[in-house]
Amino acid sequence: MSCAMEKQNRKAWLYLLPAILFLGIFMVYPLLDVLIYSFEESYNFASQTYTDVGLYNFDYILHDPYFMQAVKNTFILVLITVPISTALALLISVGLSSIQKLRNLYQTIYFLPYVTNTLAVGLVFMILFKKTPYTDGLVNLMLSWFGGGGIDFIGGPYWAKMFVLSFYTIWVVLPFKILILTSALASVNRDYYNAAKVDGTTRTRIFFRITLPMISPTIFYLVITGFIGAFKAYSDAVALFGTNLNAAEMNTIVGYIYDMLYGDSGGYPSYASAAAIILFVIVLTITCINLLISKKNVHY
Amino acid sequence: MKVSLQHLTKKFSSRGKNQDDVIAVNDFNFEIPDGQLIGLLGPSGCGKSTTLNLLSGLLKPTSGRIFFGEDDVTDLPAENRGVGLVFQNYALYPHLTVRKNILFPLQNLKGAAKLSKEEMDQRALAAAKLVQIDGLMDRKPNELSGGQQQRVAIARALVKMPRILLLDEPLSNLDARLRLQTREEIHRIQKETKITTIFVTHDQEEAMSISDLIVVMKDGNIQQIGKPQEVYDDPVNLFVAAFLGTPPINVFRGEVRQELLCIGQDAVLPVKGVKDQPVFAAIRPEGFVLDEDGPLRCRLGRVEVMGRDTNVVSTHPAMQGESVRSIVPSDSEVKVNGGEVRFSLRPHKVYLFDAQTEARIRFEEA
Repeated sequence: MSCAMEKQNRKAWLYLLPAILFLGIFMVYPLLDVLIYSFEESYNFASQTYTDVGLYNFDYILHDPYFMQAVKNTFILVLITVPISTALALLISVGLSSIQKLRNLYQTIYFLPYVTNTLAVGLVFMILFKKTPYTDGLVNLMLSWFGGGGIDFIGGPYWAKMFVLSFYTIWVVLPFKILILTSALASVNRDYYNAAKVDGTTRTRIFFRITLPMISPTIFYLVITGFIGAFKAYSDAVALFGTNLNAAEMNTIVGYIYDMLYGDSGGYPSYASAAAIILFVIVLTITCINLLISKKNVHY
Repeated sequence: MKVSLQHLTKKFSSRGKNQDDVIAVNDFNFEIPDGQLIGLLGPSGCGKSTTLNLLSGLLKPTSGRIFFGEDDVTDLPAENRGVGLVFQNYALYPHLTVRKNILFPLQNLKGAAKLSKEEMDQRALAAAKLVQIDGLMDRKPNELSGGQQQRVAIARALVKMPRILLLDEPLSNLDARLRLQTREEIHRIQKETKITTIFVTHDQEEAMSISDLIVVMKDGNIQQIGKPQEVYDDPVNLFVAAFLGTPPINVFRGEVRQELLCIGQDAVLPVKGVKDQPVFAAIRPEGFVLDEDGPLRCRLGRVEVMGRDTNVVSTHPAMQGESVRSIVPSDSEVKVNGGEVRFSLRPHKVYLFDAQTEARIRFEEA
């Protein structure tokens, strides 16, 4: 009996081997390697040498104003874009689900940003928002109708740049969320709505007491992936503000890591690793908190 | 509450250009007396669920009126009709406990009808006690068996004290044993509450066993309305005769010649007052009597011993369908002569139907 079990076990490991090898080489090993780099001071790729082992790398980046700026930017971006984009996507999907005519047309329109290249979209956003000596840009023109305007959203004050970056991020992530939420809404059994209707339930109550709980697993999925995605934001900022993000005060944590590795002032894998580890810890913590909250509020 | 339907019709517009509209419910006229249990019976697609949805207000009729008592409710939306509806899949909210599911309709009440929290709890508990699930109030629906979920659904429909109770295929999601039990349960609850109850089913046994009145439907048309035994004993057409009864009725192609019913070459029964014509002769399984000199000759297939009685399965060339099923008392002896078994017939278990219209042809028993 136990012999057979042993054989079974060995077989199981054999079947798991390809996946374990693949994950081990491309996921676990690099992760551990980054962890090791983060403790090795002045690590050099070319000579594979380092001067000392300790917490110096963490100490350095935590006192680096550029890193602190990147952390601040990333957190602001996450806190603004994740709730707004999820709520907006929910609103639009509910709207889409309750119309009959032109529904497919609207769905296509809302989905377009998803199949468009982010750099191209970034360029369009830049043209819309940028103020140059020749033109104030379309957004400023529209603001001037209401007595505002004259703000350079791309090269101007910090809040203006943060506004454009958040606006852009929300616009880019919206289609995917709408797609997922519309299908989640469509999969709710109509009988629940009919039952609620016969019992005279108001529309608001149907939404909060039936629809929302029914699609809560999907919302939760979107919030978690949204948090992770926003924490790893980088290309959006590049598309809008160019590669010198530190100068633009618009760097993100991932942007900082990239700069430390390959940027103009790059060549510091140890600092980059330390920053990557800090990002990892942040994302892990936030996801754990999310999971804890969802245990209470997500059904099934 | 008395319910009457007057010229009730529901058409669904066709999807394609060349297709006709589908008439799901065609000119229904009938009255349901107060406090009765009514079974709407028919094969799938006969319009029985559509009828139920018209009564609940989830669908609007194309024409015709619906009255609850003296009130014309045709134009009232579902929430103002005061109906309790139990869905085929129960539609219990999975994220709410049994208690909250039952409370849900009460919490919707507004204005003068609004109840205090204590009243609501009392009403919910009373409804739960009625269907005997008061011990399961804090469970979630997925922790309950199918039969228990069904009871919760009924409690949720009853808690707001509806004027009529509608049940859509209430037993079809249950296994055979539970079905029998739940069917008794529905009967008991209906008799206790005396709420006019209408339920839909495709299972004739289910409808026959608990209904005060059954409505047999086919293709959007009412075939026959009556007490179960009456409809069984006196079907108006071949469809009703064939739809009711297990094992099903045996239908033979036959002919009436000189007031004698002939099946194959044998004159099997005198049928007084019927002119010469081709007919369908339908014979209930209990209408066969084993008789060595009987006029109906069948080829014996097998004998199934059921305990209380015996099924004799045989074949006959004029039979519509595979085999002739007859039920005889278990103490009778099946005498076989060269593979042939002979029956005489009980006249009141034999029905004649027009070969074209399939309408009943009545005859005087000799």
